[in-house]
Order: sequence, then C-alpha cells, then structure tokens
Amino acid sequence: MRFFPLIFANLFRKKMRTILTVGSFAVALFLFGLLFVVRGAFSQGVDVAGADRLVVINRTSIIQPLPLSYQDRLLKIPGIKLVTYANWFGGVYQDEKNFFPQFAISTETQRQMFPEFIVPDEEWNKFVGDREGAVVGEGLAKRFGWKLGDRIPIRGTFIPGTWEFNIDGIYHGKRVADDTTQFWFHWKYLDERKQFSKGFVGWYTVRIDDPGKAAQLVKTIDQEFANSPWETKTDTEKSFAASWVKQFGNIQFLILTIGGVVFFTLLLVTGNTMAIAVRERIGELAVLKALGYSDVFVLVLVLTESLLVALVGGILGMALAKLFTLAGDPTRGLLPYFYLPSVAIAGGIFVALLVGITAGMLPAVTAMRLRVVDALRRV
Amino acid sequence: MAIPVIYNMRSVKARWTSAVVAVLGIAGTVGVFIAMLSLARGFKATLTRSGSARNAMVRRAGSTSEMDSVIQLDQEKILEDAPGVARGTDGPAVSPEVVVIAPFPMRSTGTDANVQIRGVSAKAIQVHENVKIVAGRLFRPGLNELVVGKNATRSYTGLELGKTVRFGGGQWTIVGQFDSGGTAFDSEVWCDAAILNQVYHRPTNIYSSIAVRLTSADALNSFKDSLTSDPRLTLQAEREVDYYDKQSRVLTTLITVLGSIVAAVMGIGAVFGALNTMYSAVSERSREIATIRALGFGELAVITSFVIEALLISFVGGALGSIAVLPLNGLTTGAMNWQTFSHLAFAFRVTPLLMGLGIVFALVMGVAGGLPPAVRAARQPVASALRGL
Amino acid sequence: MVDGNGKTSSLIQVRGLDKKYQRGSEEIDVLQGLNLDVEKGDFVVFMGPSGSGKTTLLNLLGGLDVPSRGSITVAGDEITHMSRSKLTEWRARHVGFIFQMYNLIPVLTAYQNVELPLLLTKLSKAERRKHVETALAVVGLADRVNHYPRQLSGGQEQRVAIARAIVSDPTFLLCDEPTGDLDRKSADEIMGLIERLVREYHKTVLMVTHDPLVAKRANMTLHLEKGVLVEASAKSGVAS
Repeated sequence: MRFFPLIFANLFRKKMRTILTVGSFAVALFLFGLLFVVRGAFSQGVDVAGADRLVVINRTSIIQPLPLSYQDRLLKIPGIKLVTYANWFGGVYQDEKNFFPQFAISTETQRQMFPEFIVPDEEWNKFVGDREGAVVGEGLAKRFGWKLGDRIPIRGTFIPGTWEFNIDGIYHGKRVADDTTQFWFHWKYLDERKQFSKGFVGWYTVRIDDPGKAAQLVKTIDQEFANSPWETKTDTEKSFAASWVKQFGNIQFLILTIGGVVFFTLLLVTGNTMAIAVRERIGELAVLKALGYSDVFVLVLVLTESLLVALVGGILGMALAKLFTLAGDPTRGLLPYFYLPSVAIAGGIFVALLVGITAGMLPAVTAMRLRVVDALRRV
Repeated sequence: MAIPVIYNMRSVKARWTSAVVAVLGIAGTVGVFIAMLSLARGFKATLTRSGSARNAMVRRAGSTSEMDSVIQLDQEKILEDAPGVARGTDGPAVSPEVVVIAPFPMRSTGTDANVQIRGVSAKAIQVHENVKIVAGRLFRPGLNELVVGKNATRSYTGLELGKTVRFGGGQWTIVGQFDSGGTAFDSEVWCDAAILNQVYHRPTNIYSSIAVRLTSADALNSFKDSLTSDPRLTLQAEREVDYYDKQSRVLTTLITVLGSIVAAVMGIGAVFGALNTMYSAVSERSREIATIRALGFGELAVITSFVIEALLISFVGGALGSIAVLPLNGLTTGAMNWQTFSHLAFAFRVTPLLMGLGIVFALVMGVAGGLPPAVRAARQPVASALRGL
Repeated sequence: MVDGNGKTSSLIQVRGLDKKYQRGSEEIDVLQGLNLDVEKGDFVVFMGPSGSGKTTLLNLLGGLDVPSRGSITVAGDEITHMSRSKLTEWRARHVGFIFQMYNLIPVLTAYQNVELPLLLTKLSKAERRKHVETALAVVGLADRVNHYPRQLSGGQEQRVAIARAIVSDPTFLLCDEPTGDLDRKSADEIMGLIERLVREYHKTVLMVTHDPLVAKRANMTLHLEKGVLVEASAKSGVAS
C-alpha cells in the first residue's frame, strides 16, 4: 500500500536493531518448534492411538505374559471384532546403544489390526512364508541402511543366543506421526525357540465394534479373566499410551516452563526495543501528526512495524525448526519420530504475531497519545 | 589507563529499564541451562550412587539389564565359593535377587507407574551397605510383607508404613521403610524373593541377578575371571557402579542433548537481546560518549568500560538465574529408566559447580553482547557525535 | 485589522482568544482575549519576547492545541470546537507547517518527505508525482529529488520542508522561526522563497520570528505583549 515506504524506511533506520529483533523472534520461534517436536515425539503414542483398539496386559505387571488360549476367549466376547497379540523381544543389534523396539507378532492378524502400517502385498506374503522373516519400518531401515533381503543378526537377551532374520518387507506409515521404527518377526518362531513360558504372549490388542462401549468392554474383559492365575488389565490404546508417557517424566511441565521463560523474555526484549525505537522518533511522529496524520494512524504505524518484525522473525524461526527436523533425530533413534507438523508452524507464527502486538502495544499507545505541542517543544 | 567506569555505572542506573530487560533475558537463559543440567546430573547421580565400588553385579551372560537376566540357583551356589567374595558371620556376602515391575499409582498424576520390585533375602541389607532400615523392620521370610524405599513412599500413593497393597494377586503389608542414600533403590519396593517368584508364576529358585560384596574393590578382576573360566557358569560380572552408570546413559543422553540444544538456542537469543540493548544504549548515549572521548579518554578505554558494563549486567543476570533455580535442588521428580522401563524417582541436583558454570555462561553472553556495540561506540567520529548528527 | 471590527470575510478570524497553562500549582495566562484578522495573501509576522506565547498562538491557529476560551474561524470553519479527529483532517487540508528544525523524516528521500501530506488524500500515484515535482521545482530542488536529508545542506533541508508545506495547496502556511537555525545566506534564500510564495502564488503566511530583517519582508508585523497582539508597524498600503 502507499504507506509501505514509510514503514520499511522506519524498519531499516537502524539495520542492526531490526536484524537483532528479527533474530530474537527467529530464535524464540525455533525453540517453540523444537519444544513442539519433543512434545510430539513423547506423546506420539497417544496421538496415533486407535480409537477402536484396547490393550490387554497382565494385571500383575506388564512384564508378565498372558496365555495364548486367551485369544479365543477374547473373540467370544460380544463387541470384540478382532484380536492380535505380540511379545517384546528386547534384543541387541550390534551395540546396546542401537535401541529399537522388536516385536514377535501374529502374522495372521497384525495387518488388519494396524492398517496404518502399510506393507506391499508381495513383501508381506514373502514374510508370512519365511519363518525367519522380518518386516521393518522405513525409519528403522533408513537408520541402519537396511535393504530388502538383508540378513540381520540380533542377540537375544532374556532368550539368549543369536537370532538372524531376513528383511522381507519394509512398512511405511499412513500418517507422518506413525512410528516407523519397529521390527516385526514371527511369534511362532519365538515360541519355538523359547525354552520357558511357551505358549504365552506379552499382550493382546483387541478391536472393538463401538468405541463408545470401550469402558464397558474394559470391565467385561477383566472380569472374564479375574481370579485366574493370569489376571488381565485392559485399557484403551490411548490411555495406555498416555500413562506410559506420564512415566517418562513430567515432560509437559518442563516444556511449558521453558516455553514460558523463552516467550516472556522475548516479549521483554522486543517491547523494550520498540519502546526505545519510538522514543527516538518522537519528533518525527509529532511532525506526522502536525501534517494531519491521525493518532490512530500513528498507533497502527508502530504496531505494523512491530508485527512485520514478528512475522519475518517467526517465519524464519519456523523454517529453521523445520530444517532442523529434516536433519533427523539428534538423539539418534531414542524418539519415535522427530517431525514438525504444519499445525505447529501455523501456531508458531500466530504466537509470534501475538508477541509482536503485545510488545508493540505500549509504545504504540504512547505514540498515539503523543501531543504534538509537547513533542515539538522538546525538539 | 583511566577507565570511565563510574560513568558507566551511573549510566546503568539511569537507564535501568533496558538494563533490567537484559538482566532478565540472561537470567532466564542461565536458569533454564542450570535446570536442565541439574536434571541430568540428578538422574545420573541417583543411578551411579546406587552402586558400590566394592560390589559386583552378576547377571546372565548376554543380558542387558537385570530385567532380562535369568540365573538358576545352582549357579548361585557355585558363585558363593568364587575368589574375592567377602565372607561375614552369616556366610558369603552374596545376595540373589529377583527383579520385576508392578504398577502403582503415581502421586503426581494418578496414573500408574512401573515400580521396580526386588525380591531379596535378609542378606541384601548386608551386601548393599548403604541400605538402612529407618522405620519398622525388614520383612519376615515366607510372608507377604514389604519394605519400601523412601522415594517410593514419596512418589506413589498407598505405600506408607502399616498400609496394605494389592499386587500380583495378593495382599501385602508394608512393615518397613528403608533409606539408601538417594540411590535407585530408594524408588524400589523389596520383599521375599521366594514369595515374589510364587506370585509371579516364575519357577522357584530363579533369580534376575546376584549382588556380591567383594573383599576389596581390586578383587573384581579375579572374581570376574573365575566366572568366565568356569564351564558350569553362564554369567557375567561387572562393578556395580559401572552397571548403573550404563543404565543412566540413555536418559542422561536424552536430557543432555535436548537440554544443550535448548540452552544453546536460548543463549543465542539472550545474546541478541543483550546486543540490542547495548546498541540502543550506545546510540542513546552517543553524544555523552563523544564528550568523554573529547575529554581525553581513548578508544580502548571506552571499549573496556562498555564491556565492563555488559559484564556487570550479565553477572547480575547469571547470579539471578542461578539463585532462581536453587529451590529446585532436592526437588524430587521422576522419569523412566529406559533400560528397565521402570520408574525412577530422583532429585534435581544443583551443585556449586553448575551454578558457577551458569555464571560463566552468562559472562560469555555478556561479552558477546557487549563487545560489538562497545567497538561501535568507540569508533564513532567524535565531532559529528557532539553535534548530535 | 487587529481589533475585531474587521470584515467577516477575513480568511482567518480570531476573537477573544484565551489560553491558560497549568504549571504546578500556578495558572499562567499566556493569551488573554486576543483578536486577529488575516486576509488572503497576507504575510503576517509575530514578534515578541521569549515566552510571550508566539508559538502558542501559532499552535492554536494550526489546530495543534485548543484555546481555553474564544474562537478561531478559518475560511468559514470554526475550528475551536472540532473533535480531535476532525481537527486532524482539517489540518491536513488547510495548514502547511514550517518548523525551525526542519523536521524532515531522515529515512525518507526528499521526494518521499514532500509526498507525505499527499498520502492522506485520494490522489493516485501519478497525480501525487505531479504535485511533488511541481513543489520541488518551485523551491528549486528538482535535482535533489532522491537525496536523503543527511545529504542536504541546512538551507536545502528547509526548502524541502517548504515544498512539503505547499504541496497540498493548503489555505495558509504557519512558520515557526524558519530561519532560526540557518546562516545568513541560507536565511536570505529561504526568505526570498517565502516572499515569492506570497507575491507570485498568493499564499497566506503567518510567521513567528526573532529576526527583524525577516520581519521587514512581511506586510504586517504584530507584537505579542501581555497576551494580546499589538501592531508595531504596517507596510505601505495597509492602514491600521
């Protein structure tokens, strides 16, 4: 618009100051993006949980198994459509540092239960026919440079010995948030080679007809197996994931605190800078008013400058955050994913603008209230 | 070289709003920096203190932690006669232990955390020297009784002395509380190993690990060698402190990596803020600076005095930040031990070293933020500055 | 001309103007019952000792301040009771300001500075360009159009300010010590320019000055004493 030369001219009056303020915004928003990514990584399980899935574990402790015979009993319960199971393997690949989740799964039901993981049919069929086969997530494959047909040795921990698997398939997730760091192999293969606890699974995942009936079914399932040597504890997938996250530590609180400190500081710095900038220009603002520019115009002028700085800084910060996530997980595999969704980017820019308005408001109001006669007298 | 420090001090007082802003910016950064490091340090300290230099932790060869190790009784018997094992009036200082997890509700969130349950014998108190019963008594063998670590009582609901809890399909009574000096054991619940095996449907006389007190810290090597050379044994041994050190690695790495990134980025932001403040200060005061120069103070003197001003501001900010996080010291929080997936309570550890580090960080930010503007101040042509152009 | 019984067709009519200031607990009467009539094409100079209220009078005439009592009418508009926003609009349309310290915006070029009043109008970019170039030509700075104030001499800066003051063809010009900060030569140039504006372009100019040489060029000089205007001298052709 016609007033842009005036706005831009003011911003470039002290180049260093504008650059530094834009930089401050960029830094703060970069952190915002980072914190959002960390939050997302920790609550990933909660975010992608299936609304129609329940998790059934042993009531005594999550490391206790459940009998395979429960599968049929579960299927008989009205409201349950599909049942699958899995065991945690916990093996070591080359070095204990190379941690990734390994699951012994039911090849008959895994795919239907978790449609968010997509494997090409021919790869899956090869896997089903190969006792020592494995399907790995594309994130995991990328991390170690694995390709189809590779033979992967994994050292068992609670079940000792070296186990070797053929990578028959690579899955990718439907959504960006889906975990592609998993390693699946045949449950039957595990059960064969086990010496103890044969015929036991780690946990069941159950698909129910009506998510609205989840609470009821949780009770029904646990009642079915109450007072047996293997009592169950059932939960929706979402709350199971949520309580897992809560054990990680009060991540939410930590993130909110850091975020709060950062934004408060940004607000202070920007507000102070804008106040100084306005103070320096009192004479000019008075002249504008003398020329016939309204008080409101001056208010909007100062606010627009503040908003522009915030916008540019915000976009820059978010862009840097996005680039950073593209470089991969800095903890090298400890987090299931390291991604900045568009909603966060939009949210970040919005927050930047909010800070821009808030920081610029006081100086803008001062400029608006400026009485020409007083200001000119000073000059 | 006369330095117009007095002028700088007075200027700071006069333009106090800008100074306050810079101070707060640096304080915030230093605070977060120290908080993250003390979090990592607290976690690590809890775990590393858990080991004794004189103790060895024996697990099945090839296992990654107590959670996935399985040792049979006969192996334990052979172990008792190994060289280096300390002997007391009760016999060899060897404690076979069963480690499982059980869910208990956390006080902080109300949801369940996986608490580590350790099935032991009375020998455990002997072998783990830093564990002391501070209330009640040890459980009696063969009974459903528990002794609870002091952090466990603090972190989870229902674990007070005299209470009963249900887990593993049975009722247990809490008969005692122990204090292990702020180590991982403080987050645990101990009971009789045989009862635990029963309740968890494990075969009897199967253990997760064996803790051994050695005759001396140096006896470790001969002890280890005897294990590996004995064909009847499939065990590995390491110093207890090393075992716990490895356990802490994952979470400590996570906190340190993420925390460092956050602190570095915040540091850059703080430097930007400081630069902005100092540049503005210089431009607001250009006429005064020129006057001082005209009076005879040289460029170096002006630069030095401005840097001192920046250092003063950043020192105050650093000190403020350090002191602000001091209340965190000793604050108990919890996190998951990624190796065992059990919940571990630990405390923030704010040490004088960390606080010192924070102040140094602040001073570095101060110099970075103060030097370029100081140079600009010194280089301004005196004549035009005096004229106010 | 001065005392009120003047024609109602005066361009500017001031009646019974009072202005009081609060200084701490004291109340100071700066203007007391001041009257004034100015015709189109007049060049009026106000003189008086420091603190006599000359600048106050100028501010009131320019709608930058409101009087405690009295009325100011310009081209038929009574401005003393206008709301702040109406007054701002009125000012943009009717007044051209020339200050002692040139008050150019340092980050804008001469062209952009002169254009500022026009941005408030509905003129297109091309129309604005015409007006700006004309104004700069009148003040003799057509070749300095893209220079920044710091690249201009004191006299040149004041000429840009004058161009800015006349670019929207205001009803009258208010000048507060326009030559106060200039050397003799530049001051003469500026005064010559202002005289031309009056003679050739029939501008109405009201000016405050300390300089008697400047006052000589006006066709009416008024002294401000004790809050009222007193006529000191009149050029030929204008009876008192």
